[in-house]
Amino acid sequence: MTATAEMEKGDRPLPGGRVLVRRHSLLVRVTHWINVVCILFLLMSGLQIFNATPALYIGHFSDFDHPIASFGAKNTPDGPAGETMLFGIHFNTTGFLGLSVDNNQWQVRAFPSWATIPSYQDLATGRRWHFFFAWLFAINGAIYLIANLWNRHIWRDMVPSLADLRALPRTFVEHVKLHFDHVREYNPLQKLAYLGILVVLVVIVVAGMTMSPGLDTAFPWLVELFHGRQTARTVHFVAATLIVLFVIVHVAMVLVSGVWNNLRSMITGRYAIRAESRTEVSHD
Amino acid sequence: MTNRRDVLRGLGATATALLAAACKPFDNAGLQGGWFRENVLHLGEDLNQAVQRFFLHPTSLAREFTEADISPKFKANGSTNPDSPEYQAMVANNFADWKLKVGGLVENPMEFSLADLRALPSREQITRHDCVEGWSCIGKWKGVQLATILNMVKLKPETRYILFTCADELEKTLDGTGRYYETHGLEDAYHPQTILAYDMNGETLTVPHGAPLRLRTERTLGYKMAKYIMSIDAIDDFSKISRGRGGFWEDRGYDWYAGI
Repeated sequence: MTATAEMEKGDRPLPGGRVLVRRHSLLVRVTHWINVVCILFLLMSGLQIFNATPALYIGHFSDFDHPIASFGAKNTPDGPAGETMLFGIHFNTTGFLGLSVDNNQWQVRAFPSWATIPSYQDLATGRRWHFFFAWLFAINGAIYLIANLWNRHIWRDMVPSLADLRALPRTFVEHVKLHFDHVREYNPLQKLAYLGILVVLVVIVVAGMTMSPGLDTAFPWLVELFHGRQTARTVHFVAATLIVLFVIVHVAMVLVSGVWNNLRSMITGRYAIRAESRTEVSHD
Repeated sequence: MTNRRDVLRGLGATATALLAAACKPFDNAGLQGGWFRENVLHLGEDLNQAVQRFFLHPTSLAREFTEADISPKFKANGSTNPDSPEYQAMVANNFADWKLKVGGLVENPMEFSLADLRALPSREQITRHDCVEGWSCIGKWKGVQLATILNMVKLKPETRYILFTCADELEKTLDGTGRYYETHGLEDAYHPQTILAYDMNGETLTVPHGAPLRLRTERTLGYKMAKYIMSIDAIDDFSKISRGRGGFWEDRGYDWYAGI
């Protein structure tokens, strides 16, 4: 391979041997920011809806005596305590889960008022917010998926190659050391994270649809897919948890790996890389 | 002159108030009756209804399960024991004097005793009950198809909805709008799985589950399935009934179309 940088159409050289490249298409940038808004509202209204039945079950029906997870409060010798149960193991989560403070008062609620829309308990209103943003999210996501499957962005830039998988341990070590190489392509960890979150976002929509008695009647395969409506509800919750974890890691990485370069790339589409990026990759 | 401590305390209080406000910026936007909720947020549930109506045929059936799938515990929600003297008197004599009154926009208003209903052809179905709160239970229901009753009383052509008036007051109000009621469109009213159930899991329907008669509409959430039914009326408009949104929970902000 040649040792000089391969310039592509639209690249702009910067002083210091760096190059400003086109990182994100307009469609990716617009759908990304719509997605940010949708996910914030879906998460907070979703926690409001979840609070109406703060327990998770497996199967077609709710086996009330055997939830796999539950969030509640109980009285202890030291006063009331928030208690979270996961697979039979109990955790004291006073102040956050099960029992939390709102307006200087202790409240028994699975997720605290600052995490829900509306802040007070109101399932009907939570559902209004949730369905509005669910449609916006689904339409936005469908546009993103169709366009980026069609233009091969997902296949070309996100599906990892064998070489990517082999480079995974090394990339991981570099990330732990907070060494970030700014190159044209996504690194293997990015590819896996972005592809993974796409799958999670599709799964959460399908699991959400499966909770509908109307859609289950129209499309009986939905409930077969998850082996039960209550399993689908649990999958919906787990997927939401994965999204929250993704967002935490994603925002952290944006902050530590060159916040202005990253933000610019998702606003104007331009991203600064070092010029010899292509060569570096091909030497692997 | 204010000292430094007062200033700090004032700043602290202001910061706390700002933080509380920042955490709750969407409470007002979602209020029932507000412009944003009724005109913008409502689009989501309008789309739910339009899309589900498109994909659901009048005869597409909700999944039916086997005896082995029946839940060990079936949660009774909403009213579980209507406390009015009238209802309690009915319970005391085993609903012997109870009569289902069917009227409104019909050619032949009729009354049915429990024995009359049991003498009519019945349908039995083991189905999943989905509560708007998120839980599900599976139970076996037996009753008369609503379509059978509607065909007997003959709906007038202007009928658009079927109104179910119930014995329970789920919320105590001065104007009576706390009484439970529900309305359904004709598609759900004539659906084969829409039954007036008098038996549950092989036994006479109990008080917590809506004795003597409850509705089953298997493609909707539980709040559409009125319990303690006293009368059924064919109507063309529900905007003048109770608080005008077509049902007890609808009046309290839940969507009239409860397919999701």
